[in-house]
Amino acid sequence: MSSNSKRLAEGGRIDRGRPLEFSFDGSKLTGFQGDTLASALLANGVSLVGRSFKYHRPRGIFSAGAEEPNALVTLGTGGRREPNLPATMLELADGMGAESQNRWPSLAFDVQSLNSLFAPFLSAGFYYKTFMGPTRRAWMFYEHFIRKAAGLGKAAIEPDPDRYEVRHAFADVAIVGGGPAGLSAARAAANAGARVALIEQDFEFGGQILSERPGSEAAAWLQAVEAELEGFGDVSLMARTTAVGLYDGNVLGLVERRDDAQAVGQARQAFTILRAGAIVFAGGAIERPLVFSNNDRPGVMLASAVRTYVNRFAVLPGRKAVVATTNDGAWRTAFDLAAAGAQVTLADLRATLAPALQAEASRLGIAVHAGTHIADLRGGRAVMAARLAGAGGETEVDCDLVCVSGGWSPTVHLTSQLGVKPVYREDIDGFVPGPFAAGQFGAGSVVGGFTTAEAIETGHRAGIGAASYCGKTKPVPAALELQSAKLPAAAFRNIPAARGKAFVDIQMDVTAGDIALAHREGYESVEHLKRYTTLGMGTDQGKTSNFPALSAMAALRGATIPETGTTTFRPPYTPVAIGALAGRAIGRHFKPIRRTPMHDWHIANGADMLEVGLWMRPYFYRGAGRDVNEAYVAEMRFVREAAGLMDISTLGKIDVQGPDAATLLDRVYANGFAKLPVGRARYGVMLRDDGIVFDDGTTTRLGEQRFFMTTSTAKAADVTSRLEFLLDTAWRDLRVAVSSVTDEWAAMSVAGPRSRQVLAAAFPALDLSNEALPHMGVIEGEFDGRALRIIRLSYSGERAYEVYVGASAGEAAWGRLVEVGEPFGLRPYGVEALGALRVEKGHVAGPEIDGRTTLDDLGLGRMVGKRSGFVGDVLRRRPALGEPNRQRLVGLKCLEAGKRLSGGAILFKQGQTRQGHGRGRITSVTYSPTLGAYVGLALLAGDVAMGEEVVAVHRMKNEAVRAHVVSPVFLDPEGERLHG
Amino acid sequence: MLRIDCPCCGPRDHDEFRYGGDASVTRPAHDDSDFEAWYRYVFVRKNPAGAHREHWQHVLGCRQWLIVERDTRNHAIASVALARKPPTKQPPTNKSPARKPSR
Repeated sequence: MSSNSKRLAEGGRIDRGRPLEFSFDGSKLTGFQGDTLASALLANGVSLVGRSFKYHRPRGIFSAGAEEPNALVTLGTGGRREPNLPATMLELADGMGAESQNRWPSLAFDVQSLNSLFAPFLSAGFYYKTFMGPTRRAWMFYEHFIRKAAGLGKAAIEPDPDRYEVRHAFADVAIVGGGPAGLSAARAAANAGARVALIEQDFEFGGQILSERPGSEAAAWLQAVEAELEGFGDVSLMARTTAVGLYDGNVLGLVERRDDAQAVGQARQAFTILRAGAIVFAGGAIERPLVFSNNDRPGVMLASAVRTYVNRFAVLPGRKAVVATTNDGAWRTAFDLAAAGAQVTLADLRATLAPALQAEASRLGIAVHAGTHIADLRGGRAVMAARLAGAGGETEVDCDLVCVSGGWSPTVHLTSQLGVKPVYREDIDGFVPGPFAAGQFGAGSVVGGFTTAEAIETGHRAGIGAASYCGKTKPVPAALELQSAKLPAAAFRNIPAARGKAFVDIQMDVTAGDIALAHREGYESVEHLKRYTTLGMGTDQGKTSNFPALSAMAALRGATIPETGTTTFRPPYTPVAIGALAGRAIGRHFKPIRRTPMHDWHIANGADMLEVGLWMRPYFYRGAGRDVNEAYVAEMRFVREAAGLMDISTLGKIDVQGPDAATLLDRVYANGFAKLPVGRARYGVMLRDDGIVFDDGTTTRLGEQRFFMTTSTAKAADVTSRLEFLLDTAWRDLRVAVSSVTDEWAAMSVAGPRSRQVLAAAFPALDLSNEALPHMGVIEGEFDGRALRIIRLSYSGERAYEVYVGASAGEAAWGRLVEVGEPFGLRPYGVEALGALRVEKGHVAGPEIDGRTTLDDLGLGRMVGKRSGFVGDVLRRRPALGEPNRQRLVGLKCLEAGKRLSGGAILFKQGQTRQGHGRGRITSVTYSPTLGAYVGLALLAGDVAMGEEVVAVHRMKNEAVRAHVVSPVFLDPEGERLHG
Repeated sequence: MLRIDCPCCGPRDHDEFRYGGDASVTRPAHDDSDFEAWYRYVFVRKNPAGAHREHWQHVLGCRQWLIVERDTRNHAIASVALARKPPTKQPPTNKSPARKPSR
């Protein structure tokens, strides 16, 4: 094949002064700036570009747009490898390297094309029948081979090195489609004063006008409108951008491709969320193919696509062409082919033809056959002859190009995505969008206006309407008119023939015979037909096959098209790279990270950090042990024997102020807060409205009308929001303000028998005696000019203090405590030791407050006493929640030396069959250095008594360990250590 | 993507908001001990196909709880009001949920 052997000597919109080198399956080829990969391949005489999905039949370029079912290629290598890209949509770039797909060992000789010989076994429903029926065993054997044989390109397995972006954009009027309708709408809306976004998937604006002969009136019109639009400051012309999704509130999802991104240093793809006041849908229409035997051979193309290649890209794909049509539109292709020097035969399915068309055909030397269709094609890797069948019998015509047109289907995909079913219109024999929502408009072919003149006129009106919807009503000059031939819509529907391999869905290898088979077997609904045959399920989503398939099924059922219905349209309109949706939210940027004020100290001092929700917390300190199991036990000992320091800045902190603050707290906590004295703290438990425990924490009364609430780390946001909800909706009469102060305070816990000495050394100005600061007391002071608040609270069971200091002084306060604490044996401890300390004390936390447990389940019922009127009070008394065998909190002590208990283990009674949910489960475990054994907290059925023995079974770890049921408080039940 | 026109902050994407459930049910008084009233408030919902009054909080904005009137069939939002103020009936505007054919 010589370089650009099929390129016409002149014409086209390509820039012949800028040749581009590219390769296809390793062959070096040349194209021009302005080419697509498809047009450059055709110019170089490459007609075979891929193998089909199921039968590995040879396939060529079929279309010139996003509907391309065949010419799918893989671009790039390594992590940049991207499969299944339609060559028709790829803007040719210098150095582009494309590979064909689904062939082995080579495109020209494909071993698996033998699949064609077994085609009778691979018909519709093959997978279902094999999988479901008595041949299921055979499926298990063959699956591996079948999965390997069927398929498209291969995805990359390496990380993608390219950059992607998610952008946010706004417009008054968004216009989908930059053809005559969209351009006309943009011009009208911009003149009316609207901020306009014009979205075009091609790299050039113009749509079908680009396929008109250069130098025509249409080309001049395009130039004038583009120039006018560029003069507006508020019009964004978004080329290479596809509107892939329509969402609620007139929001569009757009994908912009830069196939030469590396060359220009941009994001390879960007996903834009465009929020528009109004939307004009002007996405045009897609030509329908014809269904006949061997209609998938390389050299068969949509008639309009051939016109695009001839006029826009100056490529003559064949010298001997057969044009087969059901409508007037394809005659223009025949005329332009003849004018470019091809020998053309035209077969029109209609018996009566317009005299004007016949006169022009005769002038150009085109042989016209009325009432004639293509019965079959001859040729393998390229088409060689067409057998025409008409009233006068059959004739064979030699050819190297077959142009087909079965009419046009408006692109109703986007407008149907929100569940508005498209509506069938008999006069155009096609579907148009269903009723538009407020602020949505249609123009051009989308709404059945197939001529250029109609597109410009409807676009103009839609542009004015959309701008006016957004309140932009400046006077608009009249539409720039452009005369075009009046083209009646498809007058004749091609009913697919069911003999031979007549393809309906070329990409998924679904034939007319498959549809007949589905019908015979009862899969008559289009949704069933689709799933049974895989019709429309390829990367092209059936853009060319949908309507022919409906026609075929309607004919088989003897039903009308509206009775047969359509399948559901879902985003995306064309495939989207996951990278584009993720943008830069990858790796460490996947979600935000919250760091406490002491974060850097932890890192510098050997902390192993743990993700807790969005927070990073010290898990354990490597100074205390080689791994977490060794370290947490050592850290527990520091706390029990000397003093430990823990970063608790992640606790939720809420400032509650106002004359009715005490009333609010008294209602939201199950235990009473109204009588809490100033200067004292109290542990509190909140319930949900349904009586289940919501969260726990402590609240300190700083003044008559001011409280300082803490929540668990996990529930901080939920508790704040809940308080705001109650105050905004139910208790509007309460004069209280709540405000989250979590990030304003650094917080640290100093725990252990020597904790008071450490604090006294660190803050010598404060009186920390038991009299001045008793258990559950608070004192306030200053540190480094920042507010300081010390509350004497214990989670570990030891004498302990929570130190709160303004966040910016957090690291300094922590450093002071570490420094002065050293002589007293103070060491930092992490969340694993924190959890272990509370398990020893039988304090509940997240694993026990799991959204299913009640106060009584957790042994907290006595806190409430006879109170009423608090959130959750009434529904906590539901009979089911008082059922005596409900699981309640117990302690477990491991009975087997050398074995450990595991969280999540299921508990069975001795002798009970170890199946099902058992009698309960272990929620939290720890090794207790004090007891020298593994202990745990569990939720266990009420009929298993204290002192009984249970078996803890963890199937995934293959463990079964005996344990004693004991009180959940393992250490110091009298609470004497709090004062030690 | 729902767009909610917050009375404080203007139109924003719904992912700035937290959904807070049915706003047509009335919460019993805090000291109401009627089991049936609480049962209905917590568990009984109409689930209408059509207009639905619901609570949303602008958590990533002004943090106000709002009452949003949304059509469950097409997500069209008819009105947005602060929960703090008693909701007022708004006259239909050009953003009404009705789907009118337009060209």
